[in-house]
Amino acid sequence: MTSDESGRSLSRRGLIGLAGAGAAGLALGGAGGAVIAANVAGAAASNGVGTVHAFHGEHQAGISTPAQDRLHFAVFDVDSTASRDDLIQLLKDWTAAAARMTAGEEVGGGADGSPLAPPDDTGEALGLPASALTLTFGFGPALFETADGDDRFGLADRRPPELTALPRFRGDALVEQLTGGDLCIQACADDPQVAVHAIRNLSRIAFGTASLRWSQLGFGRTSSTSTSQATPRNLFGFKDGTANVKAEEQKALDEQVWVGAEQGPTWMVGGSYLVARKIRMVIESWDRTRLEEQERVIGRSKGEGAPLSGGTEFTEPDFHTTGATDAPLIDRDAHVRLAHPDLNDGIRLLRRGYNYVDGNDSLGRLDAGLFFLSYQSSPERFVTVQRSLANDALNEYLKHVGSAVFAIPRGIATGSWIGRELFR
Amino acid sequence: MSARLRPIAAVAAIGVVALALAGCVPNPRATGASTALDVKVADDSCEVSASTAKSGTVTFRIANTGTDVNEFEILADDKLRIVGEKENITPGQTVSYVAQLNPGTYYTACKFQQVGQPVGLASFTVSGEEIESDASEKKQISAAVTNYVAYIKSQVGALVPATKAFTDAYRNGDDATARTLFASTRVAYERIEPTAEAFGDLDPKIDYREVDADAEGLDWTGFHRIEKDLWPPAAGDKNSDGTDALAGWAASTPAERAQFADGLVADVAQLSELVNAKDFTVGIADISNGAIGLLDEVATGKIEGEEDWWSHTDLTDFAANVEGAHVAYGIVRDIAKNKDADGAKLVKTIDARFDDLEAELAKYGSIDGGFTPYDEVTDSQRKELSDAVNALGKPLSQLTHTVLGVKKA
Repeated sequence: MTSDESGRSLSRRGLIGLAGAGAAGLALGGAGGAVIAANVAGAAASNGVGTVHAFHGEHQAGISTPAQDRLHFAVFDVDSTASRDDLIQLLKDWTAAAARMTAGEEVGGGADGSPLAPPDDTGEALGLPASALTLTFGFGPALFETADGDDRFGLADRRPPELTALPRFRGDALVEQLTGGDLCIQACADDPQVAVHAIRNLSRIAFGTASLRWSQLGFGRTSSTSTSQATPRNLFGFKDGTANVKAEEQKALDEQVWVGAEQGPTWMVGGSYLVARKIRMVIESWDRTRLEEQERVIGRSKGEGAPLSGGTEFTEPDFHTTGATDAPLIDRDAHVRLAHPDLNDGIRLLRRGYNYVDGNDSLGRLDAGLFFLSYQSSPERFVTVQRSLANDALNEYLKHVGSAVFAIPRGIATGSWIGRELFR
Repeated sequence: MSARLRPIAAVAAIGVVALALAGCVPNPRATGASTALDVKVADDSCEVSASTAKSGTVTFRIANTGTDVNEFEILADDKLRIVGEKENITPGQTVSYVAQLNPGTYYTACKFQQVGQPVGLASFTVSGEEIESDASEKKQISAAVTNYVAYIKSQVGALVPATKAFTDAYRNGDDATARTLFASTRVAYERIEPTAEAFGDLDPKIDYREVDADAEGLDWTGFHRIEKDLWPPAAGDKNSDGTDALAGWAASTPAERAQFADGLVADVAQLSELVNAKDFTVGIADISNGAIGLLDEVATGKIEGEEDWWSHTDLTDFAANVEGAHVAYGIVRDIAKNKDADGAKLVKTIDARFDDLEAELAKYGSIDGGFTPYDEVTDSQRKELSDAVNALGKPLSQLTHTVLGVKKA
């Protein structure tokens, strides 16, 4: 799927040639070297600034792709004046621009052109390599039918039954401006300027058809999606995502993440469902909490990330072994216990979240937390896990302020456009 | 703020202006019917012998029976854009003016002493087939410039007496009347704001907000100075930059009121003098960039409600900016449309987006009937307005390139 791309310039600098496109998919990401990583499961590659992830494929890139360092996530509402044809044209235009940007190329005619008109590309990514950019597109429930029952685009009968607004959870303090939306784009890259450039240009293309409803910058991936990556830490200072679904686990991906042929509908086969949650952390209280309590709440040690039942980071937690007081070593309301597949019908989510800091609030507290992103074959799987977290000891330090769910259509074939099968 | 117009000194086109064949491109080879009508012009009336005509050549025989100089105008259906005009018709004179008119709704009017509001505004319907004009693009551009200059003069012509009435009420302490006149007086100015901004120090004197005058160390004068007297802040109110509204400010004394009123009248008079100067003209790019500039005024100033901080009449300014942009666009529209298929497609998009934006604005009122105070427009409503502005701004940004069609090598 990548050999046809080997002759193209892969970088806005145009200096990176490809040595052996046949090596696509192997983890050859190295300093200065360009690697095309095929976005098929099991073919993950580590990222590097020169990495180019294939835009076309069976699945959309940006899900099982090794998690990049930076995020710009954007949610759009389609304008009240836009028609079904306008929406289709937008998806075509987005597809064309996304294919170019993920390859490290400029949008349209680039940042040059007629002196009497604004250029097609805004220019701030000129000279920057592709930086492992992925752009992942999704459709919210309201696109199919609004809460008032308005079938704006003739899609109401195409809505997958799984795709409904999430129920209310304990601890929700949702802000309307950070919730819901018609369309989403997840831009991930190893350079924040490349991710921002992508969202900015896609927003610009959307003017007249869709406008930004909310958006979020993230830094510091909080999950690994490949065994080649070290486990990162969230803003609580703990390793996060040790037991995440990884790109190398083909079986787990098929069972837990991708929508299968028997599940359908056709346009979703090979796709997934994305849940986005903006989770504010009460950082100041957490930072005043003694280490023993922090570790009890999480259920892991802070330094190594090992379960409190013993071992090292990747040792399976033992929820039964008790300590001196006959209480289990991993507390009954520890986060690691309540989130574990053993307590959730074997459900594992592919998490792809990022830390965020939006400055500070009026009380001088950091406005910071986790921008949680998880991919699963049905939103119901997230709901199950989130419900079992209702009594999580961690909740004392969390506030869920934003929430949305999106259908992530299957990957885009060369020459096609995002969601094409949905509009047939 | 926006693209600045450069007043171009004595251009070659001035001969065309002097012929006063403003508007329609005289073109004997054009298709269509030929109609002759009489226009009786008096100081307070303007009667055309018929209110309909067939598309094609329409000759107006204009007789001025009044006591002073007059002018005859043909306006587009927005009652703003000048399609053609005959100026300098002296008392006792009869002149002919020939227009090529396509099917559509127009308005005829006269302008006593060539300033102020149109007199005897009457609708004029042209029916029949679209006429084929073989006028060269050069002629179209020349006519566009002539029409835009005429439009600027007509707006400044309306601004002068409106400013006088407004400042008279303010000067005399009739604040209730002045408050009702504030928004409507500004309309003519907001429609042509980029032109006024082109004259260096005039816009700061006429239209600066307090925070901008402060920041630039200028004496704060003009509309917004008067606005704060008419809607005085209460204790605890903030300026648009969050500073104490009462700090460094006191209600103007009668002497100060007279000073601000005289100043504004004088500045508007100077603007009138400048746009009526013999060598005043604009470039074709200034017209299309002016349309873009007016929309930028909306996108940066009006949409956030910082323009009319005390009166909250922002939507009137907003609507006037949009009207001004629509007129400037309308003047170059056919040039863009006739370029090629892309030009025709662009024009279609811009037409639709203007319609959307104007429909969105109409939800809140009208220039004549007044608008909802902007502090009562919610954030989500403001976003709807902003979305419509962005939707229009995107295709409009391609207008100058399309009109001039300059390709970079």
